[in-house]
Amino acid sequence: MSGFTNLNSSVSYSQNSTPNGGAAPPYQNGPVQTYPSMYPPAGYYGAPPQQQSYSTIPGHAAPAPNKAPTTNNAHSANYYHNNHQQQQQQQQQNHLPQHHVAPSPYSAPLSSATPSQPYATLPSAAPPPSNAHYNQQPFQQHPPYATPGSYYGQQSYHPSPAQHPQQQQQQQQQQQHPSLVPVSACAPGAPLYPIVSYPSAPGSSQYGTLSSSQSTSTPGGLPTQILGAPLHQYSAAPPPSTTAVQPAYGAVPPSQTAPTVNGQGSTAQNTVHQHYTQSHQASLSYDSYSGVTQSSGGADTDQPPSGTPSTSVHSSPGHHQGMQYGYVANSGASSASATTSGPAEAAPSSSSSDDDEEEEDEDEEAGGDTSSSTTGSASPVPNSYDSLEGGSYPDSMPPSNDMANQAQPYGSYGYPSMQSAYQQGPASHADASPSHDLYGQSSYQQYSQPFPNLSQLSAALGGLSGVPELEVEALRPVNLLQERNLLPPRPLEAPEPNVSSDLKKVNCSPQTFRCTLSSIPQTQALLNKARLPLGLLLHPFRDLQQLPVITSNTIVRCRSCRTYINPFVTFLDQRRWKCNLCYRVNDVPDEFMYNPVTRSYGEPHKRPEVQNSTVEFIASSDYMLRPPQPAAYLFVLDVSHNAVEAGYLKYFCESLLENLTKLPGDMRTRVGFLTFDSTIHFYNLQEGLSQPQMLVVSDIDDVFIPSHDSLMVNLKESKELVKDLLTSLPEMFSQSRETHSALGPALQAAFKLMSPTGGRVTVFQTQLPTLGAGALQSREDPNQRSNAKGVQHLGPATDFYKKLALDCSGQQIGVDLFLLSSQYADLASLACISKYSAGSIFYYPSFHYIHNPAQLEKFQKDLERYLTRKIGFEAVMRIRCTKGLSIHTFHGNFFVRSTDLLSLANVNPDSAFAVQMSIEDSLADSSLACFQAALLYTSSRGKRRIRVHTLCLPVVNQLSDVYAGADVQAITCLLANMAIDRSVTSSLSDARDALVNAVVDLVSAYKSNVSNLQQSGLVVPASMRLFPLYILALLKQKALRTGASTRLDERVFAMCEFKTQPLQQLMRMVHPDLYRLDNITDQGALHLNDTVVPQPHLLHLSAERLSRDGAFLMDCGNVFYLWIGKCCNEMFIRDVLGCPNYASIPPNMSHIPELETPLSERVRALLDWLQDNRAFSSTIHVVKDDASAKATLFQHLVEDQSEVASSYRDFLQHIQQQISK
Amino acid sequence: MEAAVFILSLVDCCALIFLSVYFIITLSDLECDYINARACCSKLNKWVIPEMIGQCLSTMLMLISMHWFIFLLNLPVAAWDIYRYVKVPMGNMGVFDPTEIHNRGQLKSHMKEAMIKLGYHLLCFFIYLYSMILALIND
Repeated sequence: MSGFTNLNSSVSYSQNSTPNGGAAPPYQNGPVQTYPSMYPPAGYYGAPPQQQSYSTIPGHAAPAPNKAPTTNNAHSANYYHNNHQQQQQQQQQNHLPQHHVAPSPYSAPLSSATPSQPYATLPSAAPPPSNAHYNQQPFQQHPPYATPGSYYGQQSYHPSPAQHPQQQQQQQQQQQHPSLVPVSACAPGAPLYPIVSYPSAPGSSQYGTLSSSQSTSTPGGLPTQILGAPLHQYSAAPPPSTTAVQPAYGAVPPSQTAPTVNGQGSTAQNTVHQHYTQSHQASLSYDSYSGVTQSSGGADTDQPPSGTPSTSVHSSPGHHQGMQYGYVANSGASSASATTSGPAEAAPSSSSSDDDEEEEDEDEEAGGDTSSSTTGSASPVPNSYDSLEGGSYPDSMPPSNDMANQAQPYGSYGYPSMQSAYQQGPASHADASPSHDLYGQSSYQQYSQPFPNLSQLSAALGGLSGVPELEVEALRPVNLLQERNLLPPRPLEAPEPNVSSDLKKVNCSPQTFRCTLSSIPQTQALLNKARLPLGLLLHPFRDLQQLPVITSNTIVRCRSCRTYINPFVTFLDQRRWKCNLCYRVNDVPDEFMYNPVTRSYGEPHKRPEVQNSTVEFIASSDYMLRPPQPAAYLFVLDVSHNAVEAGYLKYFCESLLENLTKLPGDMRTRVGFLTFDSTIHFYNLQEGLSQPQMLVVSDIDDVFIPSHDSLMVNLKESKELVKDLLTSLPEMFSQSRETHSALGPALQAAFKLMSPTGGRVTVFQTQLPTLGAGALQSREDPNQRSNAKGVQHLGPATDFYKKLALDCSGQQIGVDLFLLSSQYADLASLACISKYSAGSIFYYPSFHYIHNPAQLEKFQKDLERYLTRKIGFEAVMRIRCTKGLSIHTFHGNFFVRSTDLLSLANVNPDSAFAVQMSIEDSLADSSLACFQAALLYTSSRGKRRIRVHTLCLPVVNQLSDVYAGADVQAITCLLANMAIDRSVTSSLSDARDALVNAVVDLVSAYKSNVSNLQQSGLVVPASMRLFPLYILALLKQKALRTGASTRLDERVFAMCEFKTQPLQQLMRMVHPDLYRLDNITDQGALHLNDTVVPQPHLLHLSAERLSRDGAFLMDCGNVFYLWIGKCCNEMFIRDVLGCPNYASIPPNMSHIPELETPLSERVRALLDWLQDNRAFSSTIHVVKDDASAKATLFQHLVEDQSEVASSYRDFLQHIQQQISK
Repeated sequence: MEAAVFILSLVDCCALIFLSVYFIITLSDLECDYINARACCSKLNKWVIPEMIGQCLSTMLMLISMHWFIFLLNLPVAAWDIYRYVKVPMGNMGVFDPTEIHNRGQLKSHMKEAMIKLGYHLLCFFIYLYSMILALIND
């Protein structure tokens, strides 16, 4: 069967190749097979190769199509829904050589074909809205979609032999007219598939490029910036690239010819990039072609080429060149392996082996934008060639050649091109706009010398012995009872680890990776003495503005502990490096010896992997258990009466319609919809239908899927139907009287629907589930809401959701839950579905589209971010640490599959994780402790990527050093996580006591061990001076407070947030930032671009800091409050709010008007700046100084006394009493 | 009669010893990553109730046959088994929960518990063996 798939691929490939040189990339494998021996140039344009491919086709076609669902082919095939139509497609392809880029060609043919076959049989002719209740039987029988394997299952492809000749002819024609390449095709695709648009960018993507931008939203914009930078840099080696790039990038029609050319010419250098880029670009290409082709090779003996490709591929990597080729080779290999082994088995050949992860290639990450862009245009084909032949391709001059290059045949393939690629990485950094804080370019550039050998390293560490000034400051004893102004003027930064300046420069950003103790105690005994928790806070998938992406044949890892090479390893000599986690001495692979930056051997320590502590590798097939899945999104919508009342459906549909094209994904993206009340409704969206069809399953005790192929459909092909559905959905249920909710069965159906592929299930629920499996009872007693003694029912009531979540996790399905409920809905139970499948949870208490506009606005904003944010599929994360340290507890949403492996069905850029660690063996024999988090995921464009973060911290043996390095914010967050666990497993009051005891322990430990001053009062090191305040703030949070009336669901949701929010966000929620705005000045202001961002001082969260004649801004993370005092100066009110005086400020003002006054500009600049680095946009509420303010604003003033909680002074008194006991 | 009681206890004890060994092996497999948490927990949870019954059985036997010392020796273990089973939170999938087992050192404490039980059952085994022989001789 594979054979048949191959056919397609090969055919298509050949066709494509002709016209576009560059365009071909998607068909990497294809080329190999087809033209194994051919020289690239010839193969490319030459007609003969194609013919060869064709010849093979018939042979393949012959085999039964349905055979191997599991294999890669199958996988590929399924995306190809239209296989049966292939002939037509191919023809079209001929017409539109770039078809892979352009969605249009495919869709068109398909649609025409579809109606005839599959759907004709459909029993349910009735139009969708009619809600015809169908019995199961008819559906099951569905002939066309019968294939149960559905997703991966083969489709019926009936190649008609007769057509082949025609195809060939067409191909030939195309070949003759390469220029035919339709530009237009690209253009439409551009927004969606950024890659396409920036064909030449490749270099950037390749190594490095910056990639990661948060870009989901701005695919177009970002890439340009990014690309721009790298290009310039290139100038040295491959100057040409710039030229090439731009045209390509533009995606403008005129450039069409150009890109092709580039593809050929440039490809050589960029081989790697192109490779992957291409793959994603062409939806078909990746799955169908690559997978297919190879499979065919395996399956069919007939085809000589098939065999060859794999071998050739493998051989190539060996050389240094390998790097470039390497990637290609791998891809080839992967496919090959897949063929033989089948998807189910992990890639056997993988060197990486075990652990990790099955992973993947990546694509460009951020929203697909940047990196991938790389070379999209380019020619995939050439790459494969190279790999085969080792360099046959031209390209010594890669970039510069621009179009001219075509002619050039075999340049030195290898090195030059590589260099360019690599250079980009660093260069890009340099160029990077100042805004990129984390990875300052400067640091990169300067950091030319890592640590070539041990002696140097130790020398570098020498600085440790001396006590830096920072440390002195951190250790200054602070008497909390006397000092009242503890807050720093600006929000607290993470303490800098006390390592040598060289290491500091490359160390991981504290926003990504943070340790509670930035100096690791040498032994567990010392840690116990310090009475501080040791743990890590990770935000591994956060949106980055810059990220080096490395494509390399071999990913260098330690042979025993599988650590990825990182800046903190030591090079013993030219050929050996010592792992910084397990201390094993490893060989440096040949390929790694080549330094692309300087084009010389023997400088492995200058490779990008060793220069950056956050890098992303493009993974080979070794990291895949199966072909990378397509992006798949299933929306499960509650349409019961309650949901209709709340009115969310309309806003959801609107938001999705608006963002339909921004959903991360590629041509393979699949979507599906499922609604439920007391029954479950499926929607047949198979393209070719005139209207969506609704299929109702009323048997909720034994849920079945009525049709396998048409419920999850390709977004591209069925876009119109999806739009139809979204437009009509809100009205369809507007008259619903059904009050029951069968959430459990709906989730089971979703699980069944998604399990062939994996993907993301988004559940909207508005009430307690009452029917079928997973039905829940109300457990909340409203009278107990303010019970100070204890809170019951914080844990789940049933294990149904947990089990289902684990099943989902096993099938790579992540479930995200949106709970929009005005009543108790038992979030404690429902949340399990997301907690263990690595989903996220959103909760909108009292949601109502009319009565609660604030929630509605938040819902809309969250939804927009949610739909467009980056996503990684089938991910796993492994956290490794230096020998002697071990992880003993994990916090966050995931399933811990083995001792250090987290299984993340989906990974999103907004969730963070925490782990607690213990010191099992003394760390005395090393001066540094390192932690590495490796996240392996499939990008939304079907690439496997590994993102690696490495953090390096000093090991200390003095208690004072431990305190000096304590990170009070990280400690607070970790303690919060521990307290949440404690309150679920034990009781809330236990958890609260434990938090108070943490403060007591710290103060007494510090008093008895470190401070020699016999002061009375509460003395803590300056680094921890905010600790009691933060703990008090924690105790007043919804999650942990007692006394005040708190609804159970809100409490549980707050607990979920503690577990998943990144540190910065969490700290703002726990201890909001308060600024005074009416007297802001430009003193100390930031100047960003052309705007001046004032930096007002932080104020303590106490009502005494508020004054009636002022205006204050409180930043609570997801909401801003602007408090206007009664006597606030009218100029401020007029200039900023646009109201003449205090009395005229409307009561529910929730935006700041854009006025042209300097004050307004300053305030808005500040707000924008604060907003800038958070994922979900915050709403702003203008709060007037009246009684209503107390409810909202004053509850955040944590230093003040409330009805049920003590003030900060009282809290300190309480601590002191505890200590003196 | 007495001999029959001890023979029965002996058999029961052997079964419990095997069960303890099985627990230890499975847990150490999990520790070494040979199996995943879910498989491990579903395997172990199956045997929690049989273990509890086995333990209660020998306790009851001793009570009925009025061997007070051995009864008192058995009682705390039986009580612990029952307590542990009853105390499982509603949302958990059994005594061994795959989502919790890697947290808070649970794996280690389960391991420790299985080890202690193994030692205890071995001790019981020899006591039963001795008592049985004694009973047979007395007969």
